[in-house]
Amino acid sequence: MSASAPAPGEGALSRLQKLLRTTAFKLSLAYLVVFAVFAFLALGYVAWNARRVLDDQILSTVDAEINGLAEQYNAGGLRRLINVVERRSREPGASLYLVTTAQGQHVAGNVSEVPAGLLAAPGQVEASYNRGSEEGRLERGLEHRAIMRIFTLPGGFRLMVGRDTEERDRLRAVIGRAFGSSLALVVVLGVFGGFFVARRVLGRVDAMTETTRTIMAGDLGGRLPVSGNGDELDRLAQNLNAMLERIGELMHGLREVSDNIAHDLKTPLTRLRNRADEALRTAETPDALRAALDSVIEESDGLIRIFNALLMIARLEAGSGTSPLGPVDVGAAAREVCELYEPLAEERGLPLAVSAGEGLIVQGSRELIGQALANLLDNAIKYGGRDGIALEARREGERIVLNVADRGPGIPEGERERVLDRFVRLEDARSRPGFGLGLSLVNAVVRLHQGTLALKDNAPGLRVEIALPAERPA
Amino acid sequence: MVALPDTEGRSPSALERLSRGAMRLLIIEDDRDALAYLAKAFRESGHMPDTAGDGLDGYALAQGGDYDVLIVDRMLPKLDGLSLVRSLREQGVTTPVLFLSALGQVDDRVKGLRAGGDDYLPKPYAFSELLARAEVLARRRAAVPGSAETTAYRVGDLSLDRLSHRVTRAGREILLQPREFRLLEYLMRHAGQVVTRTMLLENVWDYHFDPQTNVIDVHVSRLRAKIDRDFEHAMIQTVRGAGYMLRAEGARPA
Repeated sequence: MSASAPAPGEGALSRLQKLLRTTAFKLSLAYLVVFAVFAFLALGYVAWNARRVLDDQILSTVDAEINGLAEQYNAGGLRRLINVVERRSREPGASLYLVTTAQGQHVAGNVSEVPAGLLAAPGQVEASYNRGSEEGRLERGLEHRAIMRIFTLPGGFRLMVGRDTEERDRLRAVIGRAFGSSLALVVVLGVFGGFFVARRVLGRVDAMTETTRTIMAGDLGGRLPVSGNGDELDRLAQNLNAMLERIGELMHGLREVSDNIAHDLKTPLTRLRNRADEALRTAETPDALRAALDSVIEESDGLIRIFNALLMIARLEAGSGTSPLGPVDVGAAAREVCELYEPLAEERGLPLAVSAGEGLIVQGSRELIGQALANLLDNAIKYGGRDGIALEARREGERIVLNVADRGPGIPEGERERVLDRFVRLEDARSRPGFGLGLSLVNAVVRLHQGTLALKDNAPGLRVEIALPAERPA
Repeated sequence: MVALPDTEGRSPSALERLSRGAMRLLIIEDDRDALAYLAKAFRESGHMPDTAGDGLDGYALAQGGDYDVLIVDRMLPKLDGLSLVRSLREQGVTTPVLFLSALGQVDDRVKGLRAGGDDYLPKPYAFSELLARAEVLARRRAAVPGSAETTAYRVGDLSLDRLSHRVTRAGREILLQPREFRLLEYLMRHAGQVVTRTMLLENVWDYHFDPQTNVIDVHVSRLRAKIDRDFEHAMIQTVRGAGYMLRAEGARPA
């Protein structure tokens, strides 16, 4: 349908854009960010804890050394302390010792250089240092790091005991690398996972979109793919399929109705055409032409009636375009309509009896209920035989029941459902005027009022029973 | 698509015109064929129609012109019929309005009347029906000034008193059923005018559906039997293809 096919590059780009716009992708991205933050926090906590534990360990080693040296000092004074320091300094290991004069002159120990002024203040520090032969490297930045404790001895001598942190730093570096690579892994997995999920979901949604497009193009038989795993998309597809099924049924019904209508309207239209044609061929006097035109107009009026009735039935069935609903006194409507039809019935020699109680109120349209009753009386007068018609309105519990009964031939049980359809006329009725829309209209009116319509055997005759929900007294 | 008003239609007052049986009317309808057909048909019936093809033209003409009846399509370009009539009423224009509509359902009628319309005719309609209704509306307008609710009608030798519910012809009392009385009252109020079967069903029974078969005819013939039986002149006359008219002996049809 597009004017020109997109270039391959553009296609890939627009596919990517489409992917970036999908809900699945956005969700994956949000999850990814959340997971990355969590991973960062968790690994950070581990790293921080590891460092603390290592620092504690170093300090306790230093403290143990100091305790040992303090014992030596207490036992043998400075001389003994220096001896021990010199001996220990020769042992390989991470332990550091330094004894200086108050002016900072080296007396003993395996440390040759510390930052200037470091030894002035006693306490615990982490600082750079250099070993025996590495003098001069401090300035060049190539120093080692250590945790140290500094004491002032009597006579102004300074004692520094420390421990190199290289091991700890190496471990920290390892943790840091692990930290970095696992974050990278989370991000990479997240992005790929997001793409994968988004594409999978997108693929199914695309398939559904494709199917709906073919359905919209007219293939109502098409159904959405259902994968069978019962997830949300499956449920959606199943519901849409059920909806399509229903639409299909309705369309079928509609097509049937419109086919029938087309067929049934052809008859009077053909008659109309033939009359005009015949008049044109045979009428010779102006009077004959006038008479022919009159009958043509009459026939057209009949067609207009059919259209109006069809339109009205359709509107009623759609539940729209009806008069505003209000309280209707059904008993009064029954009496009015009877009064309207009584002279006609009398003219045909048919007694028309009405019995309608008071206060039979329903929610609805007086206009429509009146028209429905008029249609039923009309039918009864036309087809209901010679023995009279009875119209009755009464309350039956929660319902208002209207009965129109005649003593005519009735309607065979098998036909009762069918006569409610549009344009259905029974054999006996075909010779008399009518369109077969009266009962359809009554049925539509009753359904609009949430009532029920039943055609029953009046033994003999037909009894049409309408039951409408009574309005509850306020 | 606005026809200039006939110059000869300008001079006589509305009452003079109507006494001649001619009414000035404005038809506002966007279907050109229907508009031309209606204008021609009204002209041939002796009336003076102006036409407008959309709501705005119609509104301008209706505001300025001295019309007896406006015939307004519900669905019009530029300004729809309901809004047009509502605006006219707000401007104090009281010219009777007859709505034409393809919608033709009960609530459409209610909407039309609520907007200030006086009558409502669903499409498709017979021209005779439209003509009869337009004439009734025009008459009603001409009769309104000064006349309060009429309590008695007199047509020829037939008289009807609404208060005492007495009907006499040539001094002889005629006994009528309540519905026959209302039927006769309506016919007498519109004496000399055509009233259609639907108009009778609407005004006497207050139902707006299409009267099937010949229910109304039977009522009218019953009434006719009581009114005209013993007299040479039949006052209730059938107008072929349209409806009925009540007319005094020797009176010209309006």
